Amino acid sequence: MPSLRRTHFPAWLPLLFLSAMAAVPAFSQASDLQSSPPNTEPAPAQSEPGEWAGFWGLELRAFESESVSGQEDQVGSLILEPEYFRQWNDGRDRLVVRPFARLDSEDDERSHFDIRELYWQRLGKRWQLDVGFRKVFWGVTESVHLVDIVNQADGVEDPDGEDKVGQPMVHLGLTKPWGRLDLYLLTGFRERTFPGADGRLRPPIKVDVDAARYESGAEEGHIDLALRWSRVLGDVDLGVSYFRGTSREPLLLPETRGEALVLTPFYAQIDQLGIDVQATLDAWLWKLEAVSRWSGEPDDPTPGFGDYLAAAAGFEYTFFDLRGSGLDVGLLLEYLWDERREQATTAFEDDIFVGARLAWNDVQSTELLVGAAFDVDSDAAFISVEGSRRLGERYELELRLRAFVNPEPDDPLSAFAEDDYLQLSLKRYF
Amino acid sequence: MSVHSYSASVQKRFSVSRRGTLAAIALTALTSLSAATTADARSGMSASASDPAAEKGLAIALEADRRDAGFSDYQAKLKMILRNAHGDQSMRELRSRFLEQENDGDKSLVIFDHPRDVNGTAFLTFSHVDGDDDQWLYLPALKRVKRISSSNKSGPFMGSEFAYEDISSQEVEEFTYRFLREDVLAGEPTFVVERVPTHRKSGYTRQEVWIDQAEYRTFKIVYYDRKGDLLKTLVQSDFEQFLGQYWRPKTMRMLNHQTGKSTDLLWSEFSFRNGYEQADFDRAVLASAR
Repeated sequence: MPSLRRTHFPAWLPLLFLSAMAAVPAFSQASDLQSSPPNTEPAPAQSEPGEWAGFWGLELRAFESESVSGQEDQVGSLILEPEYFRQWNDGRDRLVVRPFARLDSEDDERSHFDIRELYWQRLGKRWQLDVGFRKVFWGVTESVHLVDIVNQADGVEDPDGEDKVGQPMVHLGLTKPWGRLDLYLLTGFRERTFPGADGRLRPPIKVDVDAARYESGAEEGHIDLALRWSRVLGDVDLGVSYFRGTSREPLLLPETRGEALVLTPFYAQIDQLGIDVQATLDAWLWKLEAVSRWSGEPDDPTPGFGDYLAAAAGFEYTFFDLRGSGLDVGLLLEYLWDERREQATTAFEDDIFVGARLAWNDVQSTELLVGAAFDVDSDAAFISVEGSRRLGERYELELRLRAFVNPEPDDPLSAFAEDDYLQLSLKRYF
Repeated sequence: MSVHSYSASVQKRFSVSRRGTLAAIALTALTSLSAATTADARSGMSASASDPAAEKGLAIALEADRRDAGFSDYQAKLKMILRNAHGDQSMRELRSRFLEQENDGDKSLVIFDHPRDVNGTAFLTFSHVDGDDDQWLYLPALKRVKRISSSNKSGPFMGSEFAYEDISSQEVEEFTYRFLREDVLAGEPTFVVERVPTHRKSGYTRQEVWIDQAEYRTFKIVYYDRKGDLLKTLVQSDFEQFLGQYWRPKTMRMLNHQTGKSTDLLWSEFSFRNGYEQADFDRAVLASAR
């Protein structure tokens, strides 16, 4: 069933969702009569009209080196991410639809369409229910996001993995005196995307996404569970999370397919316990994220498959309004550690991240984040620059620079050794 | 030295009785020099009667705050117009909600609508009588809630001529006061009170505040920078009274004399006593605030 696996999400899910949506307004109107808060005026019976927002943009990437496999050094893209929002029942019911599309000049895999969000939300006073495709973020650190596990990374978008595809879910959030509890039933798995043969920032060996394998017999139909408790305790924000289900991060297993060597994604069943803490003390932000991950077969000799601990900890200190200029300069330092060391599936297993965040606080909201992760045991480093500036009222210019310096041959980033690049994008918001 | 010891004594006296202080981004805090309101506070004040001008300045601030206490909650829309010296304009639109707290600074939730690239960004503040405020920022593109430092006092808010300290909670113990004189402004008799910020990160050495004698509304504030030079003037107008008690200016104009830049804040659609609860200002609501 390879063609089915290639679909970004099970086809029946949106249909189920939309049919559920059709039933909602009747239900909402009925409950509205009972649950109007006493102090507000009667909720208007008519629903508010929907609103469109979002952006479209142009993106240019220029790679410093020629590629080893004949891909282009300059790549252009068109991107579109509209958002439809509608609320009714006095704002207690909402519908959010946010598709995403990219048209890439070179890579057919990077040209893609996705449903980033498509959900119905019901808000109560101390609870919320969401049904559909959503994005969820957990965590506090800047350089890596260990705890954040609900959404699959959209691997063709950016090597930083911060672009996520929508996750089908039923989410119940409860605000209690003892904290916030978020329960997630994750009703379907999204495979990670990889750049195609004509794309850069990919392994030299083809990733055969059509042949992806799963530990679970249910494959992408496996239903995952996630829960998170979070609480604010004075200056400290604390979160504890647990995930049980299909690993978002595939192991890439080298296999021969006929004559050719390919990498086959393998999605294991895992448990992950995570903790994230931030203490906010004056201009200091002290941060810690740690995860313990285990899988069914702790003694499995496959590299990267097994039980491990990983952590990231550090601080951000900000000099606000430097010399009365309005400029904020934040200094970041984080230490990144993974128990698996050389066997780790991440490049950041024993690394020090240093960075600076500059915010001019001007009319154009000009910002720059410069950072580098240095491997403690070698000369390897990953350098990242991200900048943005508003132009006029509706345009935004973004700059990204990424460099992979001296990666070790066994480093997951070694595949990108010739893929240093500069990216400029112009977005128009509507 | 004297300023600090005085401020410390004020702080002690009023720490128990903070009511009616306005939350961060509660620009309407400028309508009143908010302050403590109970009998305890007032007796504390009279006990410090060493300097009649200081005593009268503080009394005015306390009275202004007393008149603004008890609003429970309100919401309003805000349009910001930023102008540079060449007359180029830039616009921001946001919505804000405020919840009064019994024994602490107020809570506020601000949602950004415009410019469109920050559409959906939300900002939650718990202002505190003692210690720094708690602030969280929601970044919709990343779905990320960030706890941020509230120690930025003098920096500009959204690129405007309003500093964070101009629009955040105006706690009485954040200033020491001195009555200067009486004056007539916009045809109304006013008190002119000098106030000196006690926070070491404040961008000001002092401020002069014009408060009308009839309703204790703040008509004007003149700000002096760290060198003591004239920096900015805020003029508040188009006052409207709500619930027969609470005055809010619908127009605030801040002019920076040193750069020629100005920012207008235009308030609209005030709505008081919406039945907000603590849960409506929980960190967890940021991601669904629209």
